[in-house]
Amino acid sequence: MKNKEHEQPSEGMIAAFKSGSVPVYLSAVIWGLGCLIRKQFIKGLLYLAAEAAVIAYMVKAGVYQLQKLMTLGDVAQQKVWNEAKSIFEYVDGDRSLTILLYGIVTVVILLCAVLLLRASVKSAYKAELCHRSGKPAPTFRQDLQALLDERLHVSLLSFPILGVMAFTLLPLLFMALMAFTNYSVLDNKLVLFDWVGLANFKRTIAMNGSLGQTFWAVLGWTVAWALIATFSNYILGMLLSLFINWKEIRAKKFWRFCFVLTVAVPHFVTLLIIRQMLQPTGAVNVLLQNLGWIDAPLPFFTDTTWARVSVILINIWVGVPYTLLQITGILQNIPQELYESARVDGANPVVTFLKITLPYMLFVTTPYLITSFTGNINNFNVIFLTSAGLPRAVGSTAGSTDLLITWLYKLTIDNQYYDVGAVIGIMTFVTLSIVSLLTFRFSGSYKNEEGFR
Amino acid sequence: MSVQVSAVKTSAWKKKPLRKRVLIVLAHAVLAIFAFFWLAPIFWVILTSFRATKGSYSSTFFPTSYSLDNYVKLFTDFSVFNFPQMLLNTLIVAAATCLLSTFFVVSVAYTLSRLRFRSRKPLMNVAMIINLFPGFMSMIANYYIFKMLGWTNGPLLRLAMIAVYSGGAGLGYHIAKGFFDTIPIALDEAAMLDGCTKWQVLRKIIMPLSKPIIVFTLLNSFAGPFKDFMLAKILCGPNKDYYTVAVGMYQMLEREYIDQWFCSFAAAAVIISIPVASLFLMTQKYYSIGYGGSVKG
Repeated sequence: MKNKEHEQPSEGMIAAFKSGSVPVYLSAVIWGLGCLIRKQFIKGLLYLAAEAAVIAYMVKAGVYQLQKLMTLGDVAQQKVWNEAKSIFEYVDGDRSLTILLYGIVTVVILLCAVLLLRASVKSAYKAELCHRSGKPAPTFRQDLQALLDERLHVSLLSFPILGVMAFTLLPLLFMALMAFTNYSVLDNKLVLFDWVGLANFKRTIAMNGSLGQTFWAVLGWTVAWALIATFSNYILGMLLSLFINWKEIRAKKFWRFCFVLTVAVPHFVTLLIIRQMLQPTGAVNVLLQNLGWIDAPLPFFTDTTWARVSVILINIWVGVPYTLLQITGILQNIPQELYESARVDGANPVVTFLKITLPYMLFVTTPYLITSFTGNINNFNVIFLTSAGLPRAVGSTAGSTDLLITWLYKLTIDNQYYDVGAVIGIMTFVTLSIVSLLTFRFSGSYKNEEGFR
Repeated sequence: MSVQVSAVKTSAWKKKPLRKRVLIVLAHAVLAIFAFFWLAPIFWVILTSFRATKGSYSSTFFPTSYSLDNYVKLFTDFSVFNFPQMLLNTLIVAAATCLLSTFFVVSVAYTLSRLRFRSRKPLMNVAMIINLFPGFMSMIANYYIFKMLGWTNGPLLRLAMIAVYSGGAGLGYHIAKGFFDTIPIALDEAAMLDGCTKWQVLRKIIMPLSKPIIVFTLLNSFAGPFKDFMLAKILCGPNKDYYTVAVGMYQMLEREYIDQWFCSFAAAAVIISIPVASLFLMTQKYYSIGYGGSVKG
C-alpha cells in the first residue's frame, strides 16, 4: 500500500520535460494542447478555457492590482471644488485595505495558474506515454471514473480545500500582511497606509519598550496557562472516564450524562453564568457569606493570583467533561482482544492500564493533545467571558490574565492597532509552532501511524 | 426474568469482600460530589430563570419567589431583543453549517486516514501549520472581506456566517481521523480484493461503521453557531435582525440591559440548552457501539 506513493515518478513534471516531446512542452504555453492532440477533447478544452480566463483577468485587472500592491496606494481622499454645483465634493482616494485584499487575490490566482500549468504539462505527458505504449489515452469518462477510485482523494478533498483556502488561508494571509504595514489608529493611518517592513516586530520584541514588556509578560502567562490547562484536562478527563467505566460503577449512563450536560449547554452561557456567580456580589460569595465562612467577598477576578487560579479551575470545569466526551468513545474503541489476551495472561488492572490503555490512548490522542494545547493558547472564550483579562494595571493594554489572543482582540477591536495586533497573531503562531512541531515530530503517531493496525 | 437478574446481582454483591464493598460505595460518593460541582452552575441558572425578582444580583442563593415571567418576556417583549427571531437565525445557520462541515470533516478525515497519495503528508503538514494560527486572526480578516463584498448587510449575512463557520471545518479532522485510523485496514483490503472501487469501500464498508463519528461531528458542528458569539457579533455588528442567540444573549448582559434582562438571559439559556442536550441524549448510544465484531478470524 505504502509503496504506491513512490511508484510513479516517471509521470512527474521533471520527467515530462526530460523525455517529453514538443506537444508536451507546448502544453505549458497553450494549456490542454497535449490533451487535444491525443483526442482528449473535453479535458483539453477545459484547460484552454481556464487559460483564457486567467489571461482575461490579468489583462483586465490583475496587472493593475499587482502594481497597486507595491505601494498600497498613494492618492489620499481629496476635496474638489465643483463649479457647477458650487460645493466641495469628496473624491475617493486609494483605500489601502482594498488594495491589499485584491492584491492577495491576484497573487493567489497566479499561484493557481502555475498549478494548472503544471497539471496541463503532466496530463499531456501522461497522454503521450499512453500513445507511446500503443494504448489509447484515457477518455473523459474514464477520467471521471478514476475520481471514484484511484483518484478518490482528489474528489473528496477538493471542496474542503477550497473552503479552507477561501475562508481561512486567504483571510490569514490578509491579516498577516498587515503586520508589515502601519495600519493603525496612530498617526491616522486607517485609510491609507504603507509597508513598513519589520518595524512592528522590532517594537514588539524589544525588552525596553512598554509594548515589548507587555508582550513578554503576556507570552509567559499564555504558555504557562496552555500547559496547565491542557494537561489538567487530559489527565483528569481520562481518569474520570476510566473511573466511570470501572465495572463496579452503577448507572454509568447517568454519571456520564451529569458531566456531559455541561458540554451540551453552550460554553459561552455557562462561562457567563460562572462569571456572574463569582462576582463580588455573585451567588458564590453570597452563599459563603450567608454560611458565615467568609467576611469579605473573595477576589475571584480582582487579584492577579486569584484570577489566574480561577480561570484555570473554570477551564477544568469546562474542559474535563469535554475530554470525557471525546475520550470515552476512543476508550471504548480499544480492541477488546487486547484486554482479553491480557486477562488470559493474568495481568492485573494496573498493568492492563499501563501496558494497554495508556499507550493506546497516547498513541491515538497525540494529535488531540496538540490540538488541545493549540486550543488553549487560543482559548478566547474562557478568558474573555470570565475574567476578561482582568485585573489590569492602569495604562496597560493587557491585563494579567490576558492571553495573546484576548490581547489581540483588545488591540484590534477596542483600540484599532491593527498592525501590532497582526504582529501578536503571528507571534502566537510562532510560539505554537515551536512547541507543537517539537511534540509532533517526536510523537509516536506521527512516526508510525499504523502501529496499532 | 428481572427478578432473577436482581437476585443474581444481590448475591454477587454479597459475595464481595467487605473492603471492596466499602470501596465501591466510596467511589459512588466521590462521583456524586464531583457531579454536584459540575451541575451546580446549571442548577443555579435554572433556578434563576424562574426567579420572580428582577436584577442580576440576588441577596440569597435560592430565589425567594418563583414565576414564569422571564420566559413569557422572551416571547412577548420585543422592545429590545427579539428572541424567537434570534432562535430562527441560529437554527438556519446551524443546520446549514452542520451539514456542510460534517461533509468537509468526514471527507478530509477519511481521505487522510485511509487513502494513500503523494501529497498526503504535505497536506497534513500544511493543515497543521494553518491550525497554529489563531482563528481569531482570520475572523477579523473575514469580516473586512465580507464588508468589502457587501455581505454584512441583509440576508447575505447568513451566507457569510455559514461560509465562515463551515469553510475552515476541514482543518478540524483530527478526532475523526483518529477514529478512522482504528478501523482495521484489513476490511478495505478484503473488499478491494473482491473488486470494490475505493468509493464502494467508503460507502458500503466504512460508512456503516462510522456512525458514531459522523454523529459526533454533526453534533459538534451543529452546536458551533450556538456556542460561538465572537464571529457572529463581529459580522452582525448593529444588524439586530440577524443576531444569533449567542450575540443576543451576550447583549442581555450589557450594562444597560442586565437589570431588566438577566433572569430572561437565564431563561434563554435554559431554552437553548434543552434541544442541544436532548440531541446529545438521543445520540449518546452511538458512543458505546464498537465495531469490534466486524473482522473475525
